[in-house]
Amino acid sequence: MNFTAKSKKGRNKIKQSRGDRVFTVVNDLLLLIGFLIVLYPLIYILSSAFSAPKAVATGKVILWPVNPSLRGFEAVFEHKAIVTGFLNTIFYTVAGTAVNIVMTVMAAYPLSRKSMPGRRVLLFLFTFTMIFNGGLIPSYLLNSDLGLINTRAVMIIPLAISVYNVIICRTFFESTIPDELLEASQIDGCSHFRFLLQMVVPLSKSIIAVLILYYALGHWNSYFQAFIYITDRSKFPLQIILRDILVLNSVNDIIADPQLYAARQGMAELLKYSLIVVSSAPFMIAYPFVAKHFVKGVMIGSVKG
Amino acid sequence: MLISKKKTIMQPRRTARGKSLRRRLQLDWQLYVILALPLIWLIVFQYIPMYGVQIAFRDFKSTKGIMGSDWVGMRNFTKFFESYNFQKVVVNTLTISLYDLALGFPFPIILALLLNNCLRPRFKKVVQVVTYMPYFISTVVMVGIIIQFTSPKVGIINFALQTLGRDPVDFMAVPGYFRHIYVWTNIWQGTGWNAIIYLSALAAVDPGLHEAAMIDGASRFKRVVHVDLPGIIPTIIILLIMRVGQIMSVGFEKAFLMQNQLNLNTSELISTYVYKIGLASAAADFSYAAAIGLFNSVINLVLIAGVNFIATKSTETSLW
Repeated sequence: MNFTAKSKKGRNKIKQSRGDRVFTVVNDLLLLIGFLIVLYPLIYILSSAFSAPKAVATGKVILWPVNPSLRGFEAVFEHKAIVTGFLNTIFYTVAGTAVNIVMTVMAAYPLSRKSMPGRRVLLFLFTFTMIFNGGLIPSYLLNSDLGLINTRAVMIIPLAISVYNVIICRTFFESTIPDELLEASQIDGCSHFRFLLQMVVPLSKSIIAVLILYYALGHWNSYFQAFIYITDRSKFPLQIILRDILVLNSVNDIIADPQLYAARQGMAELLKYSLIVVSSAPFMIAYPFVAKHFVKGVMIGSVKG
Repeated sequence: MLISKKKTIMQPRRTARGKSLRRRLQLDWQLYVILALPLIWLIVFQYIPMYGVQIAFRDFKSTKGIMGSDWVGMRNFTKFFESYNFQKVVVNTLTISLYDLALGFPFPIILALLLNNCLRPRFKKVVQVVTYMPYFISTVVMVGIIIQFTSPKVGIINFALQTLGRDPVDFMAVPGYFRHIYVWTNIWQGTGWNAIIYLSALAAVDPGLHEAAMIDGASRFKRVVHVDLPGIIPTIIILLIMRVGQIMSVGFEKAFLMQNQLNLNTSELISTYVYKIGLASAAADFSYAAAIGLFNSVINLVLIAGVNFIATKSTETSLW
C-alpha cells in the first residue's frame, strides 16, 4: 500500500512539466481563496451564535466563540412566535412536498411515454408556463375567488407543481425506463397504474430524492406566498417570523427603558445569530446524505440526450 | 419455459403490425387518467391567470368582476410609460439583472473548472461541500445576514472599519451600494451550487480527448481551454438562455427585503413596484399593476425567444 502510494506520487512529480506545476499551485490557491471567502461568514455566524451576548454586541467575536454559551438558543426556543412558525413550516414542508411529489410523478410519467397520443401538445402546454405566466395580480384574484386567502391550503395547492421539476423527472423516466420493460409488463397484463407504482417509482429513487430536496427546500425557505396570502399570525411560517426579527428588527421595539435596552441589545443580536443557525441548519445537515443521489439524478434528469 | 418466452417475443410484433392503434388506445387512456389531476391544476393555476391578464386592458372594479369591468384598451400601459417612475424602475431592473448576469454567470463555471483540475481529492471535496452550503440559506435569512453584517452599530464590517480608524458606514442606507451588495451576496450564495451542473458536464467530457491532447504535448492550462471548455459549451448555452429569460424578473423577494426608505432610488424594481401598486397600497389599482406585470412578462418572452433563436442559428443548441 505504502509503496504504491509513494511510487504514484513520485511518478506524478516526474510527469508534470514546470508550467503544469505552476498551474496546479495557482489552481489550488484560487480554490483556497474562494473557499475562505465562503467559509468565513459561515464560521462567524456559527461562532457568534455560541458566544455570550455582550461579546457579540461589542465585536469581540472574530473567529471562534467568545465565552461560549447556549443562551441564544434558549432564547430562540422560548420565543413563542418562533416555535409556532417552526411547527407551521414543518407542516407546510411535509404536506406540501408530499403533494408535490405525487403530482410531479403523475405529470411526468404520461409525458415520458412516447406512445401517448397528443404528447407534444401537452408537453408544450406545460413548458409554455415556464416562460410566460399571468403574473402576480391575476393569480391573486384567482386565489381570492377560490377562497384560498388566509388558509393553510394556499401554501400547498397553488404550489403543487413546479413545471421545471416535471421536465427533469420526465427526462429521467425517458432515459432510464426502457420501453421494452413497459411492453413486457403490458403483455403480462400490467396496467399503466401498476407499472407506474411498482416499476417506475422504485426504479426512480434517485430522482425522487432530488425532487424531495428541491421541493422541501422551496417550502422551508418560502416567504413570498405567506407574505402575500396569509394574515393570520397563528398560520405564519417561520420565514415571516424571521423577517420580523432579522429584517424589520422588531425584537427591540418592546423595550422602552434605555438602560434595559442596552442590556438587552446584546441578547437581541445573539438571538438573531442563533436564529440564523437554527433555521438554516436542517438542510445543510441533511444535504450530504442525499448528495450521492443528487449528482446522479441531476445528471440524468437535466442533461439532454 | 422456452415456449412462453417465445410467446412474449412474438406477441408485440403481431400487435405492432395488426391492431396496433386499437391496442394503443386500449392501454393509453390510462395515461390520461394519470395526467388528469396535474392537467387540471395546470389549467386552473397557470392558464386561468393567463386568461385573467386581460384585466390589464380593462378598468377593474371588484364589484363587476374581471369579465364585467369596462375595456380601456392600452390606457394602463400608456399610464405606466408616461409615469414618473417608469424610467427609474425599468433602468433599475435592467441594471441590476445585467450586472448580476455578467458577474454571477461566469463564477460557477470558473469554480467548476478549478474543482475539476484540483488533484487533491480531499481538499476538493471539502471546498465543494463548503461552497454549496450558502445555497440553503433562505432569502429572508440572507438579507438578515446582510443587514446584520453591515449594521453601523453591531456589524462586523464596521467593527473592522473602526479598528482601522475609519468612521462606521450604514451601507444599506446608501443607494449607490445597493446593486453591489445585491450582486456580490448572490455570488457568495449561488456559486457553489450552480457549479454542480458544470461539474457533471465536465465529468462527461471524453477522457480520450484529454489523452490525445496530452500526447500532442498540450499543457494542463491548454487542455482546460481547448478540451474542457468546448466540452461544456452546450451546457453553458442552455443555462445562459434560461438566465436571459429571467432578466426582467430579478428576484422580488431579495430586492424587496433589502429595500428601505433611503435606498429606494436604486432598489425599486418593476416587481416590487407592481406589488406596491397592486396589493400594498390602500387605493390598490389591480388593472394598472397587472399591466406593468404583463409588460414585464412580454419582454421576458421576447428576450428568451430571441436569445434562443440566436443560439439555434449560431451553435445548434436550443432550449426546445
